[in-house]
Amino acid sequence: MHELVNTRHNLQIDPHLHIWGWEIGVYLFLGGLVAGMMIISGFFIFTGRTKNTKCSCFLIPIIALIAISLGMLSLFLDLEHKLYVWRMYLTFQWTSPMSWGAWILLLVYPVLIVNVLLKLPEELYGNFPHLRKISEYLNSSHSILQTIGMISMIIGASLGMYTGVLLSALGARPLWNSSMLWILFLTSGLSSAAAFIHLVAREEEERRMLAKADNSFLIFEFVVIMLLLVGFLTSDQVHIEAVKLLLSGEYSAIFWVFVVSLGIVIPLIIQLMAVNNKIRHTVIAPIMVMLGGLILRFVIVSAGQASHWSGQVFR
Amino acid sequence: MARYGMVIDTKKCVGCMDCVVACKVENNVPEGYNRDWISYETAGKFPKLRQEIRSERCNHCDNPPCVYCCPCGASHIAETGGVVLIHEDKCSGCKACIAACPYNARFMHPEGYAAKCTFCIQRIEKGELPACISVCPTYCMNFGDLDDPQSKVSQLLEIRKHHCLIPAAGTKPQIYYLT
Ligand code: SF4
Ligand code: SF4
Repeated sequence: MHELVNTRHNLQIDPHLHIWGWEIGVYLFLGGLVAGMMIISGFFIFTGRTKNTKCSCFLIPIIALIAISLGMLSLFLDLEHKLYVWRMYLTFQWTSPMSWGAWILLLVYPVLIVNVLLKLPEELYGNFPHLRKISEYLNSSHSILQTIGMISMIIGASLGMYTGVLLSALGARPLWNSSMLWILFLTSGLSSAAAFIHLVAREEEERRMLAKADNSFLIFEFVVIMLLLVGFLTSDQVHIEAVKLLLSGEYSAIFWVFVVSLGIVIPLIIQLMAVNNKIRHTVIAPIMVMLGGLILRFVIVSAGQASHWSGQVFR
Repeated sequence: MARYGMVIDTKKCVGCMDCVVACKVENNVPEGYNRDWISYETAGKFPKLRQEIRSERCNHCDNPPCVYCCPCGASHIAETGGVVLIHEDKCSGCKACIAACPYNARFMHPEGYAAKCTFCIQRIEKGELPACISVCPTYCMNFGDLDDPQSKVSQLLEIRKHHCLIPAAGTKPQIYYLT
């Protein structure tokens, strides 16, 4: 036998860590979704799709602004010292992914606002003629548009990457401690964003394109998940124990049913059929993809906190 | 510069929890929380069991992930003996440091900042011993400068077999257990 008992029972710490609840899961999901939206809409702007006034790159930034604000609200709800959120902005700590994240989030806003200013509703132009001047300037040359597109893609990618690095840098939780995590969260963000834009896109051609892109993202995401699991399984005992939480432990059912099957494999099959004109495009697959992305964050946040090093205490 | 650490003799510790009570009183630790605690680790096959009783707390690691991950610069390594401390008035309560500690040594103070063992910085700066050590009835705990080869802690590590906790996590803990 090998038994470890201790007299500590600190709230949120024992019997196992549970400091982060749904707020962090929602925040990571929305962060990833907005990252994906910025990359896709930045790509549309960069490749000159703004010539088409129905392009969803005119709609996405405003939705992204709302989504990132909801995400920040969720993050704020998690802070124990809510009034002191500004303390993160008194300093930059280069070793802290959370510090990087706080500053990246601050960059997301101006970039999205410039995106929104590309084209505003006519009523607004009527009331504020200056805004029309700004929009005209932003649209006046190809290079300005390309710069906006490129910056959106870069900031979006940084945001998506950071949501994964945030957790993977916490080596004390073996299940988070994989450098695949940022790739997983970035890809999941892209697939959720492609699914979302697919839902709101106004043109058939764009919808088809997004469904195709989403299929690639989903295939890639599936491969990344498998590689993540293999990475853990071929690591040391602590990481093998950690990944068992997903393979056979407490989180395995929700992980394989909701994240992998209903969140990736089945919507992928549905969308492959739709793209090949076997069935019509419906809202079902995109909604499944987004829910899968959300549940993925919940599972990783929660199972990661359940993973630990304490089996290694005895020499 | 001094490097403070503890050397705790598991052969002497009886698990009386005096250190736990002393810490709660000295540091006004809120109800329901502990900065230090007792671990009982039992291994082997009955009747050949061996047990180690340990008084545990923050290890004031030399490579402290809790400090590196703090976005506010609140968690820091103090000038005094490399002790890992938290500036309460810089902390935003983001809890990253709690997740970063493989020993789960930290917790959220009900007033909204991260808290943990400070080696009783208020006492050691006056030349006194940490409260836990000062009350131990078996004198099993030792505190001192690990960088000074003449200190009692260094001498004990010279002659006695010892280990620290979860060395594989790579945090370079500075509390040693004699076996
Ligand atoms: S024991 Fe935990 S809280 Fe203490 S210094 Fe090490 S990592 Fe930080
Ligand atoms: S809870 Fe406080 S001390 Fe800990 S990482 Fe966050 S800001 Fe730093």
